[in-house]
Amino acid sequence: MLTFTIRRLVLAVPTLLFISLAIFLLLELAPGDPMAQVPLTVPPEVKEKMRLALGLGEPLHVRYWKWIVQFFWIEPQVLIDHYFGTTFAEGKLRVISWQTRSPVMDIVVQRIPQTIWVVGTAYIVGILIAIPIGIYSAYKQYSMFDQAGTFVSMIGFSIPPFFTGPLLIVIFAVHLGWFPSVYDTTHVVNDWESFKLQFRQMILPVMVLALQTTAQISRYMRASMLDNLNQDYVRTARAKGLSEFVVVMVHVLRNSMIPVITVIALGMPAIFGGAIITEVVFKVNGIGQLLITALFANDLPMVQTLTFIFAVLIVLFNLIADILYGVLDPRIRYD
Amino acid sequence: MTDISIEPLPAKPPRNKWLDIWTQLGKHKGAMLGGGFLLFITLGVLFGPYIWTIDPQKIDIRNRDLRPIFTALFDSDAKVRWANPLGTDQLGRDGLANLMAGGRASMAVGWTAMLLTLGIGTIIGVVAGYFKRLDGPLMRLTDLFLSLPILPLLLVAVTLFREPLRASFGPEGGMFILIVSIIGITSWMPTARIVRGDVLALKEREFVLAARSIGTTQTNMIKRHILPNVLSPIMVSATLGLATAIITESALSFLGVGFPSDFPTWGKMLADAVDRMENFPERVLWPGLAISLTVLSVNYLGDGLRDALDPRIRGR
Amino acid sequence: MKLRALLMGAIASTAMAPMAMAERGSDGNVSIIYWQAPSILNPFLSGGTKDVEAASLVIEPLARYDENGTMVPYLASEIPTVENGGVSEDLTTITWKISPGITWSDGSAFTSADVKFTADYCMHPEGGCAQVTKFEGVTSVEAIDDLTVKVTFGGATPFPYGPFVGGESPILQKAQFEQCMGAKAPECTEANFNPLGTGPFVVTEFKPNDVITMKANDNYRDPAKPAFASLTFKGGGDATSAGRAVMETGEFDYAWNLQLAPDVIAKMEEGGKGTPVAGFGPLVERIMLNNTNPDPSLSAEERSVIRPHPFLSDPAVYKAMSMAIDRPLLVEVGYGKAGKVTCNWIPAPAAVNSTTFDCSTQDIAGANKLLDDAGIVDTDGDGIREKDGVPLSLVYQTSTNAVRQDFQALIKQMWSEIGIQSELRNISGSVFFGGDPGSPDTFQKFYADVEMYANTFNGTDPQSYLANGLCDKAPSPASQWQGENISRFCNDEFDALHAELTTTADIAKRAEISKRLNDIIVENGGMIPLVHRGRLSAHANTLGGVVLNVWDSELWNAADWYRKEGS
Repeated sequence: MLTFTIRRLVLAVPTLLFISLAIFLLLELAPGDPMAQVPLTVPPEVKEKMRLALGLGEPLHVRYWKWIVQFFWIEPQVLIDHYFGTTFAEGKLRVISWQTRSPVMDIVVQRIPQTIWVVGTAYIVGILIAIPIGIYSAYKQYSMFDQAGTFVSMIGFSIPPFFTGPLLIVIFAVHLGWFPSVYDTTHVVNDWESFKLQFRQMILPVMVLALQTTAQISRYMRASMLDNLNQDYVRTARAKGLSEFVVVMVHVLRNSMIPVITVIALGMPAIFGGAIITEVVFKVNGIGQLLITALFANDLPMVQTLTFIFAVLIVLFNLIADILYGVLDPRIRYD
Repeated sequence: MTDISIEPLPAKPPRNKWLDIWTQLGKHKGAMLGGGFLLFITLGVLFGPYIWTIDPQKIDIRNRDLRPIFTALFDSDAKVRWANPLGTDQLGRDGLANLMAGGRASMAVGWTAMLLTLGIGTIIGVVAGYFKRLDGPLMRLTDLFLSLPILPLLLVAVTLFREPLRASFGPEGGMFILIVSIIGITSWMPTARIVRGDVLALKEREFVLAARSIGTTQTNMIKRHILPNVLSPIMVSATLGLATAIITESALSFLGVGFPSDFPTWGKMLADAVDRMENFPERVLWPGLAISLTVLSVNYLGDGLRDALDPRIRGR
Repeated sequence: MKLRALLMGAIASTAMAPMAMAERGSDGNVSIIYWQAPSILNPFLSGGTKDVEAASLVIEPLARYDENGTMVPYLASEIPTVENGGVSEDLTTITWKISPGITWSDGSAFTSADVKFTADYCMHPEGGCAQVTKFEGVTSVEAIDDLTVKVTFGGATPFPYGPFVGGESPILQKAQFEQCMGAKAPECTEANFNPLGTGPFVVTEFKPNDVITMKANDNYRDPAKPAFASLTFKGGGDATSAGRAVMETGEFDYAWNLQLAPDVIAKMEEGGKGTPVAGFGPLVERIMLNNTNPDPSLSAEERSVIRPHPFLSDPAVYKAMSMAIDRPLLVEVGYGKAGKVTCNWIPAPAAVNSTTFDCSTQDIAGANKLLDDAGIVDTDGDGIREKDGVPLSLVYQTSTNAVRQDFQALIKQMWSEIGIQSELRNISGSVFFGGDPGSPDTFQKFYADVEMYANTFNGTDPQSYLANGLCDKAPSPASQWQGENISRFCNDEFDALHAELTTTADIAKRAEISKRLNDIIVENGGMIPLVHRGRLSAHANTLGGVVLNVWDSELWNAADWYRKEGS
């Protein structure tokens, strides 16, 4: 398994380089212009000069190479400088966003806390609710609990966040006035009171996001449990006199986890990637909002960097999922 | 002892497997209910417009913002009219006609995109899981597709293909093909990964070994032994995929990549009505309910089908 | 100090009209929400409205426009004119006098060197300055003494108030930006995010595309202002939720530019926590008519270049199309009190608003008759008229926006009543308004028969805006599809009259010419003006002193804002 992991990690480097090139070319090919949000009152000659000032006049391969150097060579130096007080990166040009004219990574670092707080919490809450629901629904298939779970999760999944978000705002922020409708990103948690405030402002976006996660994961959990509950080994385990709890929660659950692990691993990078619509509705302004504003403003360095970080996480978590398959089911071998 | 050897041959030939499945499906209440509703809604959107003949795009500005007829029961001041039983929108377009026309588009997009997603996802998943040599390349391809940002991809697709498709299939037909293929090629990856994960585990099971030892061919192996056993995650993917496709279509038209703006779909009706949901809750309710119930009925049908196809459950 | 604040508060609450001039920082925090988040606080590097307006809280120009579009001195002591000798007789120089005693927020003196530096900064050829048009024609800027700046133009400039006037052209501090000239401009992140200014607030923290926190400027020239000790400027979200946060939940005090349907605004207003306010600049929602042939079968080099359009060039067609539109209905459905019916390209300022046309009533019968008389009739019985065998079938495109899509649907129906068929298309704003020559969907390329969008101009002088109708400004492959003459309008009389405008100094005469230019373009099929659009923003009922200004930054008078007591 170790050699497999090392081989995959080494293989990941060319994969990621290829992905970065694919993303770069895709962004180049896509229609769009960083000057789209500049008002029409600014004449085209001025816009052309502004484009040149952004470095758009240079040929494609030069810009790609520059980005590679900035991202893989200069940014790590900045990181080292930050931790050890060295000056490797002094005076070197970092990946600069076209919208803000500031280093992309600084903004990303600024956005990570609120993204992890909201999207990360929602994901964990979602998983924690979904797995028990899935297990129990399958164990008591077609019981009232199962029927209710199915109903709620399917409705929850088929109603998009662009509707649930405003709906919750109208109910809980406008009419009841319990929770704020705008997330305060400058809020600092330092005592119990401020934690309570943080908790209150997180509830609505977390609810919207957790609903989607719960619905999805509980469906896969239930289906997979159902497949395994009728297998011969379950009968054997019961015949051995194992308690029902051990049979279900150890034997069946372990064998049912493969699709669930896949789904969870596929969703993990999204914690970093943020949730675009929910972030915009509640003005959480995390990575998701950063990405969508960068896309609309055609801020290519920002989009390129964000999607690439995203790609790294996707490759990483899919690798973790593959390793976990082997742990869950030792018969699965890759070499 | 001898009794056994002279046991008579079965009086009638074994029942056809598909007939068995059908009978089993018939016993599944959820599946029947779901299937029935699906049939109803499909017939409704297909033939409804021939009975309710108001043009969904027809603007009747004098009768805009009408409430559905039943609001008159509890609110006698409500603006209602029998000619528009479900009310009208802010431009006076009939709610019922829009719901049926929107359903046609949404159902067509939803089903086609979902089947396309499932098709690509299942094939790639099974092939990657079953054939070790193809696993690496196919899963790296999946990683690539998962990483591509969707919005620029859409814009590129529109730039390249809208005009040729419009020329050959008309503005709506061309857009339909574009939307369906875009949703298809951007959402097959989770299905592929899930199916592959299951196939990796199945491949090592005893029954596969047994089948291989009696010389089952690769094709038969996949068809008869692997596929039936990964059916349940595929069914879940299908139900979730249908919902995602219907919603994604509305997100596309919000980005200006979807159908022409006066062409109704459920997702778009829902998105347009969100701003006015306090004054006119019915405008979010109808399309929201239509999407949810469709997805729910597909889910129940999928549940029933899965049960019926599982020989261990069938006949119990 | 605390006691005094309390006393003042007590007095204020008993007074009939709330007292505004309490004391600097006595009214706590004010919160503003913009659904587009500011990315940078240096307006010379961005040009986006959101960035210019956020920056206007910190950095100021020499003079601003007030809510009526008249200039008021800010950092200058008076507006230079020919009468007071500030503008030379030959209209080639303007001399600004800076009010004495103004300091930057760091305590250093504000001098003419800063003003001169700002001009150098923006006019640097490698800087990519977004506001360089403000400095058009400027040959030199000299600091005569510490408080006097002289701007010299290359030729007679009848309107010399481009540089240093209005929110787009504020003054930067020389000491802070000295190292940021030209190509180095983007590298000065710290300065671009935290510019020192003379305005009522100073930045404490700037989170790009998210939130800005500011506090009152201790060195602000009026010791009693601003009334608020701190300011939160939140960005992001959408217009609906911004409106809700002000008018329904009361979490914010001011929401910018709520482009929402009137019934949605009215519902929010019922929340009782805030009030919408509207102001009118020269912004006009219009339908541009393509004067060239956009036939998809033509090659990319010929599309929207070859003249004429197969049927839109016929006066009967475009006049009938205009007559068929029910403009009062459009206003009612789309903009409510933030819109007015207009038949003009330049509806404001009032002095240049032409009164030649009347289009306030829909006339379907008249439009049909016009087409019938011109011989454009339906010959094959499909309900669509033909001109010389070409059916009157249009592609009608616009950007994605709920109100625009409603307009499209309504106008499509109105045109169908006069036998003109239209296919609707909407394109994401970032593509439509982006000038990417590789995209077929930009408004410059105009690969459609008609397109709808809104445009306006800065300040009160329409001369450069009127230049958008000049024949040589038409976008074409040769110009990389850049150019402001979107409808490819071409009229010799217009070009000649515009040349006359550039050399006329007399204000009344200039207005007269502007009106005639407006009439020519509307009369000859350049565009169909639809709605004169206002800017609609909302403020909390407890926020006093808001004066909506469409000629300058909306936040131009944030120094005068105060908290109303007891409400």
